[in-house]
Amino acid sequence: MNTTTLRPYLAILAAAGLLAFTPLLVDSFWLTLAIGTLNYMILATAWGQFSGPTRYVSLASVVFFGIGAYTVAVLGEVLPWPLVLLVALLTGMGMALLVGLATLRLAGIYFVIFTFGLSEMVRQMVTWYEVNITQSMGRYVFLDISQETIFWQLLGLLTLVLLGAVALHRSRLGFALRVIGGNEPMARHFGLEPTRAKLGLFVASSAVMALAGAIMAPRWTYIDPAIAFNATLSFQVVIMAMLGGMSRLWGPLLGALLMSILFEILGSHFPQAFALLLGLVFIVIVYLLPNGLSGRLSQLLARPAPDLSLKEPHHER
Amino acid sequence: MKTTRRAALAAFASVLALSSAGAGLAQDAKPVKIGYAVSLTGPNAGGAGTTTLPNYNLWVHELNEKGGLLVGAERRPVEVIAYDDRSNSEEAVKAVERLINQDKVDILLAPWGTAMNLAVGPLFDKGNYIQMMATGITDRAPELTKRWPNSFWLSGTAASWAEPVVELMDEARKAGHIGDEVTMISVADAFGIDLAKAARKAFAAAGFTLTYDKTYPVGTQDFSAILTEIKDAKAFASFSYPPDTVAITESAQLQGFNPAVMYVGIGGAFPMFTAKFGASAEGLLTHGGLDMSDEKTLAYIARHKEVTGKTPDSAGSIVTYAGLQAMEQAIERVGSLDNTAIANEMKSGKFDTVLGEISLATQMMPSIFKAGQIRDGMVVGLGPRDVPGAGALVAPKQPWPAR
Repeated sequence: MNTTTLRPYLAILAAAGLLAFTPLLVDSFWLTLAIGTLNYMILATAWGQFSGPTRYVSLASVVFFGIGAYTVAVLGEVLPWPLVLLVALLTGMGMALLVGLATLRLAGIYFVIFTFGLSEMVRQMVTWYEVNITQSMGRYVFLDISQETIFWQLLGLLTLVLLGAVALHRSRLGFALRVIGGNEPMARHFGLEPTRAKLGLFVASSAVMALAGAIMAPRWTYIDPAIAFNATLSFQVVIMAMLGGMSRLWGPLLGALLMSILFEILGSHFPQAFALLLGLVFIVIVYLLPNGLSGRLSQLLARPAPDLSLKEPHHER
Repeated sequence: MKTTRRAALAAFASVLALSSAGAGLAQDAKPVKIGYAVSLTGPNAGGAGTTTLPNYNLWVHELNEKGGLLVGAERRPVEVIAYDDRSNSEEAVKAVERLINQDKVDILLAPWGTAMNLAVGPLFDKGNYIQMMATGITDRAPELTKRWPNSFWLSGTAASWAEPVVELMDEARKAGHIGDEVTMISVADAFGIDLAKAARKAFAAAGFTLTYDKTYPVGTQDFSAILTEIKDAKAFASFSYPPDTVAITESAQLQGFNPAVMYVGIGGAFPMFTAKFGASAEGLLTHGGLDMSDEKTLAYIARHKEVTGKTPDSAGSIVTYAGLQAMEQAIERVGSLDNTAIANEMKSGKFDTVLGEISLATQMMPSIFKAGQIRDGMVVGLGPRDVPGAGALVAPKQPWPAR
């Protein structure tokens, strides 16, 4: 564990600095694509940061994303924007804390089912509230937030997430998490507290997703539970992280980028056969790239992992 | 390593090539590019495939028959670019961005449904495109027409769809077919909630008592318990979605639920409803409606059948088509494809359409039927009562025929 060099931090900041000029160089179609890609990158990285080391497959990404979006729908016209984001962040964290306390002692397979059920439950609860209390289903989000601003906010969030991920990887907590992911009973013997570490990570990852939802919400004008809590998103995030591979920090980024390009090509050239082709692509990914692209590339390069690595030191089981 | 990188570059290059392929077409005839993204897949596909797509196809077919769209002195051929929004707001946003910035369409046609139209509204507005839709229904329509000056919310507010139902109930009460008591159920989703809310207000204002008023979740298919609870009701309204509209009607027939006046929601005016229930649906009240004595309406129905192979629904279809006709005439008068100029002409002029002479000064369609009665497989428009050509309510509804 080389924890002293500043190189990865500087590399992330430099890349973000360069990308920040994107809105000045491209038209709004490419900006839209870039916004979608950044959003997926944030979600896939946040997902990978929790699910990579802990090996808990969460299908609740959309719960937190949707909570963020709904915060904007409810408070967007009432509070100043930074406060709205803060509330979205806190709501996401609170929800994650509750869910995490209830579930992170469950074994992985039950956790998957729980998180999937959670997204449907939250959607039905919001629906119930809107039907019976507010008596109006959809909410309108009329905020004058430009595409450019949304892009920069997402880029800023992604930068923070990546910097945080590097710092986490180098910290004692990061090390503890890798030990826990490798062998939980052994970690307990070492005196580590798996549940608390997992909980912390789950809350952080969920808070990031809630923020992403809040930043994206002004793009849609109208939000209802079916739009905000669309379960497809949870699956897309998992597929992207798996395509990229979670053994490297850049794995989910790569996965999100490639899937966004793929969505775009399929959507614009084969609109009628989109779902069919997408299904085929997923099958190919699972068959040919079980460890994701980053795992495959590392294998091909067969050289020692660079210090950015999130690869677990060992996982013989 | 090298091969991988090269392959990746090649893949990326082909992406660029693919996405710019649409731009390099021959420019001789300078076709008018018409683009739209509607839901070909997902939960919205049924509605889009009934009300929106066939009428877009019909309009394009008619334009081609005339030799193109008349812009200024020449008829220009039309080129259609269509995408699927997959019933997803973010996809709709992306597809419309693509139509505006990559395909650079001259005319954008609106997607199906309220949520999709609201999602793409800001993009239409930013590009000054005309957004004209028959399937966007919201109580904020009057406000939205101001916010987006080139938008036309042809179907108006949710309240305007509930009030005629109450009007018809009132008429049935005056004729002595029902008393002061009415029963109502509604689907717990955008449209159902908005309509039920407006109906509650209108029922109260008309001096009715709601003896039963329940919502049910989207996707409910079993209505036998509800109908058993209100089995002696004389007046019944369900603000429902197509699948529930079918299930409610079916359940009513099976259980012999026979109110003197019965209204069912979205779907009642769709051809699939008639195909399923045939003559047994006679006398039911539902949304929309047509003036079946009007020659233009009959000619439209015949033409729609001939070109698309389907019967149009009795609600949004004709409104969609009339809107397209108004836009086409406005383009001819303006003589260019400047969308703002066309929109201004649409707001100030009068247009000869399948719905007769119409004016879109309010950016909504002023006189269309929002409640009607099923007769011979079509919905005869009854309300609002002041729409020209409104038919007379036939009440009480006869009991369901024996099955």
